[in-house]
Amino acid sequence: MHDRILLSHGEGGKRTRDLIAKVIARYFDNPVLSPFLDAGLLGRIEGEIAFTTDGYVVTPPFFPGGDIGRLAVCGTVNDLAVCGAKAVAMSCGLILEEGLPLDTLERALAGMRDAAKEAGVTIACGDTKVVERGKGDGIFITTAGIGVSVDGWRPAPPEIRPGDRILITGTMGDHQVAVLIARQNLAIEAPVLSDVAPLSGLLLPLLPRFAGKVRFMRDPTRGGVGVTLNEMASAANARFLLDEARLPVRESVRGVCEILGFDPLYLANEGKAVLIVAGDAADAIVAALREHPYGRDAEVIGEVAPGAAGVRMRTLAGGVRAVDYPVGDQLPRIC
Amino acid sequence: MKHGMKYIDDFRDPATAKALVEKIRRDAGDAPVRLMEVCGTHTVAIARGGIRPLLSGAVSMLSGPGCPVCVTPDGYIDAAIALGTERGVLLASFGDMLRVPGKSSSLEKEKGTGLEVRVVYSPLDAVTLAAATPDREVVFLGVGFETTAPAIGGAIKTASVRGVGNFSVLSSVRTIPEAMGVLAADPEVRIEGFLCPAHVSVVIGTDAYRPVAQRYGIPCVVAGFEPLDILLGISMLLRQKNEGVARVENEYSRVATATGNRKAQELIRDVFVPCDTGWRGIGVIPGSGLRIADRYASFDAEKKYGVPVVFAQEKTACRCGDVLKGKILPVDCPLFGKACVPEEPYGPCMVSSEGSCAAYYKYGAL
Repeated sequence: MHDRILLSHGEGGKRTRDLIAKVIARYFDNPVLSPFLDAGLLGRIEGEIAFTTDGYVVTPPFFPGGDIGRLAVCGTVNDLAVCGAKAVAMSCGLILEEGLPLDTLERALAGMRDAAKEAGVTIACGDTKVVERGKGDGIFITTAGIGVSVDGWRPAPPEIRPGDRILITGTMGDHQVAVLIARQNLAIEAPVLSDVAPLSGLLLPLLPRFAGKVRFMRDPTRGGVGVTLNEMASAANARFLLDEARLPVRESVRGVCEILGFDPLYLANEGKAVLIVAGDAADAIVAALREHPYGRDAEVIGEVAPGAAGVRMRTLAGGVRAVDYPVGDQLPRIC
Repeated sequence: MKHGMKYIDDFRDPATAKALVEKIRRDAGDAPVRLMEVCGTHTVAIARGGIRPLLSGAVSMLSGPGCPVCVTPDGYIDAAIALGTERGVLLASFGDMLRVPGKSSSLEKEKGTGLEVRVVYSPLDAVTLAAATPDREVVFLGVGFETTAPAIGGAIKTASVRGVGNFSVLSSVRTIPEAMGVLAADPEVRIEGFLCPAHVSVVIGTDAYRPVAQRYGIPCVVAGFEPLDILLGISMLLRQKNEGVARVENEYSRVATATGNRKAQELIRDVFVPCDTGWRGIGVIPGSGLRIADRYASFDAEKKYGVPVVFAQEKTACRCGDVLKGKILPVDCPLFGKACVPEEPYGPCMVSSEGSCAAYYKYGAL
């Protein structure tokens, strides 16, 4: 095996077979994938199916707390989880740049393997392409994921009504700040880890346990909680009123935001969910979230209020202001 | 970091904010008191804190000209584009400048058709860029006030010492007290107190506002950028007004001093000389600009390439000029939120993250 990816690794010949047999198979070893057929045979799946797809281009591919492989699995699992579905199988498309160190690929594959194991999802099929040097950026991963819905639960934005509460499962902005710090061009050091984590184990048990109480869930990735809540408010035609004092942000993340002028509301998360729940169940749901390692910092951050659709925030100074979509200056490629 | 954030939290305490708002409402008269926050960072902090509606009826906060991107004339953008497209230089800029409209285009639009612009976080990064690309001419777009001037001056001196001959600066550096004088003298604006910038004052010292306070009889308070800084600053302005005095007071005494940062001032004096300069929407203000001194002429892009920044008053429906002077609120401009939105800005006040119109648009809808 060569220590770098060559164009011939993607050409379908012997080197491609070598790459699959000697590298990829070492990380992804399961009965569905291992025959390396043209499709993974999943057999009969009971229940309602959810289906999602995503692409991962984060730079750098390794950052404190995670890597592009773990991100690809968690992003796929979480997109299904917030729709009430448990991920059962996913694909792994690798787009590699000629010259990529094999070690980099292996670290990404290890990240995928570990996250898939944690989430209980089978990597059922895959594809590898190699692009010429300069035509890619090291490694890109694309995925598709299939999940089975929790019985009887569907996202229900129309059910959202004044008095409902807005919950977040933990602190905001950890992922984006960790990635920014990992970039060499910002001379800032802070002990921030990405929050990248699979949320199915945190979220899905809530649905039967608090039947009829969880109305809508989203994972606030790109654009952060600010953008996600605006989208949720539009979908529900509802008015959200946040309480600035209750927004959970780690001290270290706040410090970086103060220096660089970022608003944690608009920073990406990869291991958090925002939930709209019935007001009478909010405290019990927060308590349940806090029992799980990925939900320890869960908080009620606001409520659904009467009035025109949109997102508003009660500020620390006691005023109220709009929380709108950001324009432009989003930093590129954080997921 | 932990202690640092605790320190910041002290300036965001909700109970103290409530007490200050009540005091301001008691101290204000029947008609709203017209105060101006000069600095764009204050404008954003006031909008983000939701402070304006808290004070409505008691205090009208007018937004001043202290957003460097907003007051940069379109002739400057045109000159920058010409440097890139006609002289083939590599431009280095703060990100905020990219979407600022020139006469017919912006750096962002030109970038889409091949203009080379690199976004940098500090002027020194542009020197590093020039040193790393010796076969290219690099021009830094030096836009800012007294806060940025020492960093730009430092970059020029660094390039001079290190012999980085392919680096130069297209300077559009301005000074705040001169602009405040023009607004203070304008009978249409009717300012009853200036909330003076925090960071600028750290460099120039709070004494720099004494001529404004004394000559025009307008109270001045230097205030920090946290919500309580701003509320306390407003409260101090009202007290001066009620006592019938006009002096310079310093709410931001934890950082700013009467005489400022002498080293930074020396650096500015070494690299720059005062000049008359045009402010978008306001006009030419005598002595309000800083041009690069002759001994550093080889780092002055205007001279090096013979591409002058031409100032002409624009005649458009855009009322940024009146917004920058505090004559109207952003929402009173006919283009606001219609032909002029952050995604597709018409005027500069909608472009910059510190622009009044952008702050009103982003945080204002209630």
